[in-house]
Amino acid sequence: MTATVGATGQGARARAETPMARFAAEFARSRTAMLGLLLMVLVVGSALLAPLIAPQDPYDLAQLDILDGMLAPLAEGGSGATHWLGTDDQGRDMLSGILYGLRTSLLVGVSSTVFGLALGLLVGLSAAYFGGWVDTVIMRIVDIQLSFPAILVALILLALLGKGIDKVIIALTTVQWAYYARTVRGTALVERRKEYIEAATCLALSHGRIVRRHLLPNCLPPLIVVATVQVAHAIALEATLSFLGVGVPVTQPSLGMLIASGYQYMLSGEYWISVFPGIALLVTIVAINLVGDRMRDVLNPRLSR
Amino acid sequence: MLVFIIRRLTQSAIVVAVMSVLVFAGIFAIGDPIDVLISPEADEAERAAAIARLGLDRPMHEQFLAFAQEAAKGDLGRSFVHGVPALDIVLQRFPATLELALAAMLIAVLLGIPLGVWAGLRPDGIAGRTIMTGSILGFSLPTFWVGMLLIMIFAVTLGWLPAGGRGATREILGVPFSFLTADGLAHLVLPAINLALFKISLVIRLARAGTREVALQDYVKFARAKGLSARRVVGVHILKNIMIPVVTVLGLELGSVIAFSVVTETVFAWPGMGKLLIDSILQLDRPVVVAYLMVTVLLFVVINLVVDLLYSLLDPRIRLGGSRS
Repeated sequence: MTATVGATGQGARARAETPMARFAAEFARSRTAMLGLLLMVLVVGSALLAPLIAPQDPYDLAQLDILDGMLAPLAEGGSGATHWLGTDDQGRDMLSGILYGLRTSLLVGVSSTVFGLALGLLVGLSAAYFGGWVDTVIMRIVDIQLSFPAILVALILLALLGKGIDKVIIALTTVQWAYYARTVRGTALVERRKEYIEAATCLALSHGRIVRRHLLPNCLPPLIVVATVQVAHAIALEATLSFLGVGVPVTQPSLGMLIASGYQYMLSGEYWISVFPGIALLVTIVAINLVGDRMRDVLNPRLSR
Repeated sequence: MLVFIIRRLTQSAIVVAVMSVLVFAGIFAIGDPIDVLISPEADEAERAAAIARLGLDRPMHEQFLAFAQEAAKGDLGRSFVHGVPALDIVLQRFPATLELALAAMLIAVLLGIPLGVWAGLRPDGIAGRTIMTGSILGFSLPTFWVGMLLIMIFAVTLGWLPAGGRGATREILGVPFSFLTADGLAHLVLPAINLALFKISLVIRLARAGTREVALQDYVKFARAKGLSARRVVGVHILKNIMIPVVTVLGLELGSVIAFSVVTETVFAWPGMGKLLIDSILQLDRPVVVAYLMVTVLLFVVINLVVDLLYSLLDPRIRLGGSRS
């Protein structure tokens, strides 16, 4: 629909460009997606630069002053510094807390997605390439795992493993790999029948080479979309688990942990301890979803072209 | 049909067996129940006696067989904290969770389908776009965060609805339900909306996608050409045909709603299974955790089975025999 309108306007120029440039041009046509991208860059940037831009190191107990506890937003602390977003019960500057919390949340979200992606790729490609009983066994396991909701699997694992950032990453990786395995297998099955694979097989290339150099690159686009959206899911899931008290430890709070620790004060009026980390979490998730949504629309030939 | 049912039943039995092995192995591999069960003052001889009495000195597979035998009889051990059979506690909390889950599903269908069909009929209109943006939000917002917001707005600031608990209940066949009393219903509204939010977005998407696809079909064009009213075209010709995916997905989602109620129940202090699970994890009450997991797994397997069967009944195009292999 919109594509036909766009194609007449930009078609001549876009067709001469590389697929990447065409993708970028089409992506940029949605203003909401560009807003999402901007927010995403902002969020990731401030998380990466947190030690440089945060007014205070929230892990350094020497910098905390209990007398500064529970200050409202914009209040001035004992040391003369303004706490833009207020402080929590231990006198920790909320803005700094959020910037560092964002680091933890993104670390967990991105690394579990990357691990899950790697595992899912390996398993999904093997299933599609070898077929037969390998495929049947793998896909049955994937089916069974996907019939249980992510939160349940994660809860079971964390109930067994205990708290910790590494354990949350293990749990979220376990939750995610099956999605990728299924997506990869679906795409790879279609690609495998194509002639370039047949040609590569005729050249007597090794299994590994065909899978890595020929099959894998052609399976990536749908996977990138799934992975983008999955990062947002992983971040939300981590926040939920931490909120429930089975996620990251108190010493290295993520956004979910910050929200949970502010929850008890929320009902008595100290809203900022919970609300601001909540908004940060929201902006992060919505931004990633907006970008992912647009990427899916652009990459899906059934919808756009 | 019979072959199909038998095959699905076998498959389900295998899943339950595998899950019980996994849960058991997980609990076996991680942590030592002895430390929890025996007082730290006990000397070596008492410890050894207790280990032998509990059968913890036997090899893993023997312990598992004993566990499976007891589990088949419905005995999943006693709660460390409450001192009563773990299964009883879980089942006692089940009606509350089921009530919450069904209320959420009802809200999801009643709101999601009309909104989705509307968005599907006018995908480029302002309303359609707003609905879709809203559904992205519904997918994005973490459940616990929305729940907190609902409490903040409706319970704390406005004071219209209670913030937590189940309120007054009335019993049907000895099982207490909230929705039968005004007070209980008021307690049910917020958690049900909270739990429904994600599913509303899902139903909107399904209904919208279905409507867009169906609206282009020849029979819809023909119905329009016949001069049928728009209401009849949408209400009969379109709605009927988008219901199959909606019913299937919703059926499958019932399990996930029950799982997700863990979050909602914790936020709203709703005394269901999910809150029990979190409390038990935090209190290291293992038998209850195991009992919850086994009950939930069983529930999932049953739901998946029923949905599969219903699906094949609803859509005669599905071939029961060979399609699944």
